[in-house]
Amino acid sequence: MTDATVHHQPTPRDYWVIAGILFVITAIEISVAYVDAFDPVVAPVLITLSAVKFALVVGWFMHLKYDLKRYRALFYIGLVAAPILFGAVLFTFGVLIGD
Amino acid sequence: MTTDTAVTAAHPDHHSDHHPDPAVVRKTAMWVFLGSEFLFFGSLITTFLLYRTRVNDGPAAADVFDIPFTSVSSFVLLMSSLTMVLAHHAAGRKDWRQMRVWLLATALLGMVFLAGQVFEFTEFVHEGLTVSTSPFGSSFYVLTGFHGAHVAVGVVLLLALAFMSFGGKFRDTEGLNVEMVGLYWHFVDIVWIAIFTIVYLLQV
Amino acid sequence: MTTTTAAPPATGKGIWSWVTTTDHKRIGILYGVTSIFFFLVGGIEALLIRSQLALPNGEILSADAYNQLFTMHATTMVFLVVMPLGAAFTNYFLPLQLGARDVAFPRMNALSYWIFIFGGLFLTISFFVGGGPDGGWFGYAPLSTQVGEVVRMDYWALGLIVLGVASIASSVNFITTVLTVRAPGMTLMRMPVFAWMSFIISFLLLFSLPIVSVGLFQVYFDRNLGTLFFDAANGGDPVLWQHLFWLFGHPEVYVLILPAMGIVSEVLPTFARKPLFGRTFVIFSGMAIGFMGFGVWAHHMFTTGLGPVAEAAFALTTMFIAVPTGVKIFNWLGTIWGGSLRMNTSMLFSLGFIFLFVIGGLSGVTHAVVPADAQQHDTYYVVAHFHYVLFGGAIFGIFSGIYYWFPKVSGKMLGERLGKWNFWTMFVGMNLTFAPMHILGLNGMPRRTYRYGEGLGFDLWNMVATIGSFVLAIGVLLFLINAWRSYRRGEVAGPDPWDGRTLEWTPSSPPPPHNFDEIPVVQAEDDFWHRKYGVDEHGRTVPRADYRPPVPGGPPAGLHLPSPSYYPFLSAFGMFLTTMGLVYVPWGLLVTGLGAVVMMWGLFGWSMENLVREHRR
Repeated sequence: MTDATVHHQPTPRDYWVIAGILFVITAIEISVAYVDAFDPVVAPVLITLSAVKFALVVGWFMHLKYDLKRYRALFYIGLVAAPILFGAVLFTFGVLIGD
Repeated sequence: MTTDTAVTAAHPDHHSDHHPDPAVVRKTAMWVFLGSEFLFFGSLITTFLLYRTRVNDGPAAADVFDIPFTSVSSFVLLMSSLTMVLAHHAAGRKDWRQMRVWLLATALLGMVFLAGQVFEFTEFVHEGLTVSTSPFGSSFYVLTGFHGAHVAVGVVLLLALAFMSFGGKFRDTEGLNVEMVGLYWHFVDIVWIAIFTIVYLLQV
Repeated sequence: MTTTTAAPPATGKGIWSWVTTTDHKRIGILYGVTSIFFFLVGGIEALLIRSQLALPNGEILSADAYNQLFTMHATTMVFLVVMPLGAAFTNYFLPLQLGARDVAFPRMNALSYWIFIFGGLFLTISFFVGGGPDGGWFGYAPLSTQVGEVVRMDYWALGLIVLGVASIASSVNFITTVLTVRAPGMTLMRMPVFAWMSFIISFLLLFSLPIVSVGLFQVYFDRNLGTLFFDAANGGDPVLWQHLFWLFGHPEVYVLILPAMGIVSEVLPTFARKPLFGRTFVIFSGMAIGFMGFGVWAHHMFTTGLGPVAEAAFALTTMFIAVPTGVKIFNWLGTIWGGSLRMNTSMLFSLGFIFLFVIGGLSGVTHAVVPADAQQHDTYYVVAHFHYVLFGGAIFGIFSGIYYWFPKVSGKMLGERLGKWNFWTMFVGMNLTFAPMHILGLNGMPRRTYRYGEGLGFDLWNMVATIGSFVLAIGVLLFLINAWRSYRRGEVAGPDPWDGRTLEWTPSSPPPPHNFDEIPVVQAEDDFWHRKYGVDEHGRTVPRADYRPPVPGGPPAGLHLPSPSYYPFLSAFGMFLTTMGLVYVPWGLLVTGLGAVVMMWGLFGWSMENLVREHRR
């Protein structure tokens, strides 16, 4: 809207397409969690898929991809800091995600 | 074009009294705030990961979780992000009627999600998982409960926006208000994306 | 956006004008006065503690009273004195130093203050309704989660959550202020160092407070809801609390010291009449300290059995964080080296800061050595260490700032003669009080015990420390007398009494509500100095012939200042009631409900009022 860097905002059609992708990914996630054949790779696959969902919502629905770089920087600080700090905490307890 | 922090405020050619763009000011604040929310939910998720197998004599994750049910409610929340962004788009076109429709749809989806959470909690309690059964129970309820509280706040904000738009007194800030609530709402959604994977899918 | 009529600037008198003020300068004064009040409260608590410990087998306090006093002394000094004093300076001077008319969100700024003071009252009320919190300012579980008949630690947990909300709100506000409302030409690297430190502190609070809030909620739920987070008998893990607390607690240490570092970085160049030596290094060291401050928390937990890998890692990061701190000390010394020094009280406090902070910093590095730390842990050696950095460091830096900026805030000079007495009594008192604690600690005297036996070798130094604490109290008293007398009939200061370097010395003292008649266009670091002085052909600093001091003219036509609002106060009061009710679950939930309604009323009224525009200035 009032922003300077708006070149080509996504259209409602893009939003529906993204919602469709989100639906498909969620469906895949659930089947991966259920199908026993995937057991050895279930954690990395699920984490990757939800990271994709995360990125789609943040990038398009929250317009981060189209907005000021500053917002990205501010957002990334928290996004990067949290896993590092809490990873260290869990490490001292001998617990890590997905083990 | 203003793309960098160092440049934004520094226009020496600007006329003597300079007004920062309210959209930039408020959105900056919102993104700053959302950055801190990562640490809030990070702490709760960490607690859960530490305690997820400490079930005492109570049920474990695999005993109580109903993945198909939670998948549906997750999907409801995911779709509420779609309706939210459509509301924002309508506000951008100054199509206030359509904006209200999408805002109310978003609030409704949020309430469906909350109702699902209430139902789920009730079920779990019947199956013997309470906050005092085990550290697993404590951390599960407190994590998902705080997320639910965030959704509830979002629903209140959405309803307030829709309600306030009827009078037509707030037209000049309306689009920005919708965008701000939208950022918050989408953030609550992405936190649920993480919770759904880490707390539900990875534990069964 | 629509243009509305010019809002009346908040120049009124009377209590109502202060309750509804949205002027960052008035809010800064409110923060300052409130913190000084709590400084006296915390000081009296400290004097009671020292009186009890003056002689072996002290009889003045019961064990129970002692526990409440040491808990509340620390809680008060950290959350209600040093933090808000930093916020006071930031509120008052951040917009002035940036060349702005106010912070980004004036009403949210007022909200932060009111939440803060209600949080402070909330904590203090506990003394009158069954006793103050008594589980230590760190609230270690399971001591803090044991449910007695009293609700002391509920007050503590909820009080800190409330204060945390206030700090997060003001951090968001300050970060946004720095990023969006700087004057034209005021690039980030041209920002004064104090503004930089405030910016960094805001990030530290923003990312550390949510973590401890979660921990505090868990403590509260363990006490009231029957959760098992820290219940070791049922699978909970009290060490998790320590992680959540110190993940906040260590960045918090830098939250307390960085304002002082920022102040000293303003005071030394002014009174040495030289630019800050290695200015960029000072700024980047501040960032490095902020960044690394998140990577050292577990050195508070070396005796919890973290395992050799974690202990080695945190020992290393702890040693490394001394490097940026050392860089700063080096730069301050470089600044005064060869300068033409003016040894006034503000300068004395800054020099005292450097001297005492170095001592505290060095004893801090000894904690990084894990085996040594295991011996020092929970002894008076640690007490000596952190009082050297928090009193000798933070408080001395803040006093330097008070002497430096009092003329700007009040329009009067703060008396030099009493000021020197103030400095020297505080300096002597501080060393008499805390230096002996090093010896006591190394001789094995444990912290947080209300008595010690005779003949253990603790008698002499405890007596010295107690005498020192009363000398310190006299020093603080001298300050109060000095401030009162100077405010009443001090020498009139004028806009620029120190021949200052930064923008806050441009407008009159005190500045008008709109701060600057015309928003300055910044062309250099220390912009104000460069307007006054140039360099001649021999490289010497000479006054510019063409410089004319600005003449106050009044606000530009059509200027909109943020209008006063009582909604911040109302919302904060609602939040106070909400929290109050949570202490007395279940019947208190009625009060909570009432508070929620009041809060909603406040916030809803607030958003309706938004019409009156927040950014029109």
